[in-house]
Parts: sequence; C-alpha cells; structure tokens
Amino acid sequence: MYALRQWSVRHAGGMNTFYRAFESALVALHPVWQRIGYTRLERPVAAVEKSVKGLLFDCRMCGQCILSSTGMSCPMNCPKNLRNGPCGGVRADGHCEVRPEMKCVWLEAVAGSARIPGGTDALGLVQNAVDRRLQGKSSWLRVVRERVGARP
Amino acid sequence: MIFEDEPVPGYPLPILPGHTSPGRFERVLRAGQFAVTSELAPPDSADPEEVYRRARIFDGYVDAINATDGSGANCHMSSLAVCALLTRVGYAPVMQISCRDRNRIAIQGDILGGAAMGVCNLLCLTGDGVQAGDHPQAMPVFDLDSLTLLETARTLRDEHHFLSGRKISCAPRVLLGAAENPFAQPTEFRARRLAKKVNAGAQFIQTQFCYDLPLLKAFMGQVEDLGVLESVFILVGLGPLRSARTAEWIRTHVPGVHIPDAVIKRLAGAADSALEGRNLCIDMIQEIRAIKGVHGVHLMAYRQEEAVADIIARSGVLNGRVPWYPGRAPQVN
Repeated sequence: MYALRQWSVRHAGGMNTFYRAFESALVALHPVWQRIGYTRLERPVAAVEKSVKGLLFDCRMCGQCILSSTGMSCPMNCPKNLRNGPCGGVRADGHCEVRPEMKCVWLEAVAGSARIPGGTDALGLVQNAVDRRLQGKSSWLRVVRERVGARP
Repeated sequence: MIFEDEPVPGYPLPILPGHTSPGRFERVLRAGQFAVTSELAPPDSADPEEVYRRARIFDGYVDAINATDGSGANCHMSSLAVCALLTRVGYAPVMQISCRDRNRIAIQGDILGGAAMGVCNLLCLTGDGVQAGDHPQAMPVFDLDSLTLLETARTLRDEHHFLSGRKISCAPRVLLGAAENPFAQPTEFRARRLAKKVNAGAQFIQTQFCYDLPLLKAFMGQVEDLGVLESVFILVGLGPLRSARTAEWIRTHVPGVHIPDAVIKRLAGAADSALEGRNLCIDMIQEIRAIKGVHGVHLMAYRQEEAVADIIARSGVLNGRVPWYPGRAPQVN
C-alpha cells in the first residue's frame, strides 16, 4: 500500500533497528530451522515475508532484499528496477518519469537513508545485478544461511 | 586532429601506454584537449548512406559521434549498426547502450560485437522508459542498470570473462562512459551517483542538457569534494533551443530537462530566437570551459544538427584544432 510504504520510509530508523534484532533472532534460531529443513521452510516463510513486507514496503519479492541500504524504500518499485540510484528522468516535482503519480523511490531512499545510522554511506555501495532466479524466494532465510555460513 | 601514427581509416590506432582503447576520442581527452562530441540520430531507414549523411554534418568539428540507442524509447536503426558503419570509414563513434531493451546476455554480445567492429567508446545508460516512445506496449527489460552495465563492460575488458565467469579470448578495448543529470532531483545525491559510476568503471561522463550554470558549478564543486574529479573526463551536455515555445515544451514534456525561466525570457525577447538559442550555447561554452574538471562539451542538436558546426566555430573552443574526419588531408597537427 502506497501510504504505508511512505510511512515505513519516514520511520526508516525504527524499521532498521527492528529488522536488525529480527535478523539476529532468526540467525540464533538456525539450529531449529536446520532441524525442520530449509527446503521445507521455504514456501511458508516466503509467504509470511511476502505478506509482511508487501504490506510495509510494497515488496516485490526479488529474494535479495537491500532495504537496509536503500532507506527502507524498495528499489524494485522503481519501474526501471534501479538498485543503484535514480535515473536522470526524475521530474521537477520529484515524481517518477514513468509513473507520474508516484514519488521517485530514490528520493524516498535518500531521505530514508538519512534516518539510518550509516545509511548514507550504504547508498554509495554498488549493488550487484539482480539474480532473477531468486524471484519469489525468501530473503530472510537466505540471509540466515549466509550469516551462519551454511550451504545456501 | 591527425596523429603521427594515423592508420588507414577503419583500422585502430596503436594503444598508447596508459590508454585503454585504440580510439582517437581517448587520445584527444588524454592529450588535455577540450573535446567536442555530438549526437547522431539513427535513421528510420536501412540505407547506410543516411547514416553517413548525418555524420558528415559534423565533419571537422567533433571528436566523437554518439550513436543513440532507441533514444526516447523510439524505434530507429540500432546503435551497434550505426557504429559499425561509422567505424568503417574511420569515424570515432560512442556506442550508447541502454538497459531498456536487452538483457545481460544480449548486451555482453553487443559489447564484444561493437569492439570487433572497431567501436572504442561505450556510453552505459539506463534508458528512457518505454512509455515515452512510440512502442509503449513493449516489454521494459532493465535486467541491468547503468551501474551494473558499467561493471559488466569493465569485467569483459579487464578480467577477460563474461559475468558467468566463462573466458573470452580477446577482450574489448573500450573507453567506458556514463551519463549524469546534475539538474534532476535528488540534486544532493547526483555528485555521489557520479562518483559511484566512476567506481564502477566510468572513465568519461556526458551530462544531460545544461541550461543552469550555478547548478552545474555547485555540482562540479561536489564532485571535486568527493575526490573523483581527477579520475574522470566530464563533458557537459548542451543544446541549442529554437524558441521560447520549444523550451517551454521541452521542460514540461521531457523528463529530466531543467530550463530556468531566465533562459526562456532571453529567447522570448530575441528578434531571431533560433539564433539566440545558438548564442546562448556559445555563451554557456565560454563559461563552462573555465570550470575546473570540465574536459569538453557534448552538443545535442536534434533536428538542427547543422547548428553544431556554427556553435563550435563561433565559440572558438577548438583553438584552431580540426578534428579528424574521413578524407581530411593527411597533415599532422
């Protein structure tokens, strides 16, 4: 939902703090996830992730979430899927070239990043090209497996 | 400009130490000359002569010619084909690659193909959205973005492999460029975006149309503060406006083009507004060439390409230098 998405960016700092704690909890529970089996967990967790993040960020389930590096403004909502900053077509009123009714997601990202510690530096990272195979997969489970060094 | 080691037109120049391409555009930039580039609008035609006719308009005035890639999301002859035609007779084209129409498989193939056809300069762009052009029903691809496109081209060139890791036997020797729009929102992020592009491999930058000098100067100051001014050649985009009405239309209908009221007023007050539009360009060039870190201008004169020669000649920006063109008498300068 657009209004909620904008609210999330306004509260990017709190969102980021909450997510950090949530991620640590997920990582701590790795033995549990491993017992159940990551393959079995994939579908239900992805469904939960889709509904929560869909509500808060209009998440598109790219499967490689970078919200913490983009001020909680989901770059996949950019009609050009730009994950490295705004295109040159942003309108004078700060709205999107392709969808004039929407504010540029990168204007939101720059504003949101200022509310996250280290967020402005994170905008300078060059993000990799999207791996389209991960579309629809859980980003949360992928992060946990990456952090514990388990096989992805 | 003619070099001592000038090859037969259509063949590459030797790559000098510290250079990445066998192209004359890089030679001009690294020699510290004030470079001039322009833009060729690819024809809606399969006739090669149309391409040459459009290129000849710039003979003796430009160091490189950009071949646009479906600009404005309109269908035209491909950028790769235009470049291949231009390199045959020795021109130095800048092959524009947009992310809108092709995925990473097609783009990497085009980079190798372009380099094989003698293309020495690439301009890596995001591309206009399909809604802007004459095929709004088309699939927007955007598999890569301009940053990952730069990294892709750099990987091919410097690491000699595809994104997949598969080896290529002969790397494309190309100078990598990118665009930046210092005049679009969020303006406070634009210099950092340029720095990001330099980190991703951009060696030269061609900017969007500039009609606002204070904004450009502020932007260049920020670029300097970020410490990347020395690692990139910046060419400022300019274009003659025909009339106040055209200017008004452009600023309301073309996303990303910022034209201040003062410019429109100046055009409206002139007896010959088309001439005034060119004069404005010349005035801008005089100011721009004095800005630290500016290495040239990129003149975009869509449908008034003949204005480029007039503007460059009257601005005196070439300092008597005559850029190479096919058929130019072979004397070294």
